[in-house]
Amino acid sequence: MNAVYVLWIRQIKRYLRSRARIIGALGQPLLFLVALGYGIGPIYRKAGGGNFITFLVPGIIAQTLLFTSIFSGSEIIWDRQFGFLKETLVAPVSRFYIMLGRTLGGATIAVFQGLLVLVLSHFLGFRVVNTWMLPLAIVFMFVIGLMFTALGTAIASRLTDFQAFQLIINFVVMPLFFLSGALFPISGLPPALAIVTRLDPLAYGVDALRGTLSNASQLGIINDAWVLAVLTLVFLALGTYLFQSVEV
Amino acid sequence: MNAITNAIEVKNLVKNFGDFTAVHDISFEVKTGQIFAFLGPNGAGKSTTIKMLTTLLTPTSGHIVVNGHDPAKEQDKVRKCFGIVFQDPSLDDELTAYENMDYHGILYSMPRKLRQDRIEEMLGIVELWDRKDSLVKTFSGGMKRRLEIARGLMHHPSIIFLDEPTIGLDPQTRNLIWEYIKSMNEKERVTVFFTTHYMDEAARVAECVAIIDHGRIMATGSPQELQTQTETDSLEDAFLKLTGTAIREEEAGSFDRMRMVMRRRGR
Repeated sequence: MNAVYVLWIRQIKRYLRSRARIIGALGQPLLFLVALGYGIGPIYRKAGGGNFITFLVPGIIAQTLLFTSIFSGSEIIWDRQFGFLKETLVAPVSRFYIMLGRTLGGATIAVFQGLLVLVLSHFLGFRVVNTWMLPLAIVFMFVIGLMFTALGTAIASRLTDFQAFQLIINFVVMPLFFLSGALFPISGLPPALAIVTRLDPLAYGVDALRGTLSNASQLGIINDAWVLAVLTLVFLALGTYLFQSVEV
Repeated sequence: MNAITNAIEVKNLVKNFGDFTAVHDISFEVKTGQIFAFLGPNGAGKSTTIKMLTTLLTPTSGHIVVNGHDPAKEQDKVRKCFGIVFQDPSLDDELTAYENMDYHGILYSMPRKLRQDRIEEMLGIVELWDRKDSLVKTFSGGMKRRLEIARGLMHHPSIIFLDEPTIGLDPQTRNLIWEYIKSMNEKERVTVFFTTHYMDEAARVAECVAIIDHGRIMATGSPQELQTQTETDSLEDAFLKLTGTAIREEEAGSFDRMRMVMRRRGR
């Protein structure tokens, strides 16, 4: 179990030491919040949707969680290139614990980054509807972080070079984000798009955060919790399986 | 200490990457407590063999026993008994020297006190103690190499694999490190398995030498025996006589090899 701790604390230390990464990872969500929040906000209000910032912020937090955790999971590619992966693979520690430590580390960082966006959004006028729901929102953030760090690990276990990371961004992260309903309501969509959004794991994360932070869930928080829990376990199992067979 | 007379036994070991055979049916033994040099030109199959011995690669066929266990099946038992200094870097650049050592100690279940003592001792030997709190990315190549060695030895394993450990080090540091390894070998009967391109180094410290080329073992024996066998008067000449004088292509890393295999498959 000490191995889990080592790999967890390693992720945290690397994160805290890289200010550029923290600030860089805040730029995109902030841009989305300002450009979309103020750009589309007025039309959204006219269309009878209410306050767009209230609607948008949970989606942007989910986006931050997605990007941060997939990136953490994919760090295996970096560790492979720079050699540290070998050091962990020859250690007398089960690979499940290595994978678990890394994943918990990735999820912790994601939550931290998500909370930073939440704090920033306060200055843009966002208010958490029920403050007592905040702990539950943080739990959801952590689960979303776990899920996508595990997914990132699973994919990165099969990839060997930096160029592949672009592939992950374009074919995994972007579709997951844009089809999740982070930017638009998932009710009243054309049938084909409605089906696709229901197949997007992040959609349940977005909805859970919208439920806990803005009191505006469309799928029901209990449903979200079930789907997220099951998918997280599936991705953890998949990540563990693929990580087991990594060779360097 | 233990009754196993051979620390490492290898029988008919083969490793293929696609249709390229890196290791071609090799067999050898390393006795417990022996200092064993595994020599060969670039691309001969040394690192691939070490990866199979240390559970990082699965052999295509053949048998390996390390400290009484099969690295392909009983990975954890094998991993517990060895330490390794890799040929290429394996440090975390974003951590400090101390953290790299400390996390290594934790991964090898060393108790806190022992960890602290050993880190101080090892970093003292490689003269990095006063830089212990610096991030590794600020280190020079030689300092990183010294840290790798200190880390590989810190948990006092019963077998140590050193893949070109002294590459890029000055003679002072090389001597210091070999002295420490030899004293560990004498005091704790640690088995040492190493590769090097410095033939003088191998001649000085190795009790037994195996020379590998094109994935095959060309000769085994003490440095003296190899010289007698090849009618030469230095290990370097014996090595050149056995492996020829043609210059080899630098051994590609596993990535390049994978890419080559993929290219061949038409991807």
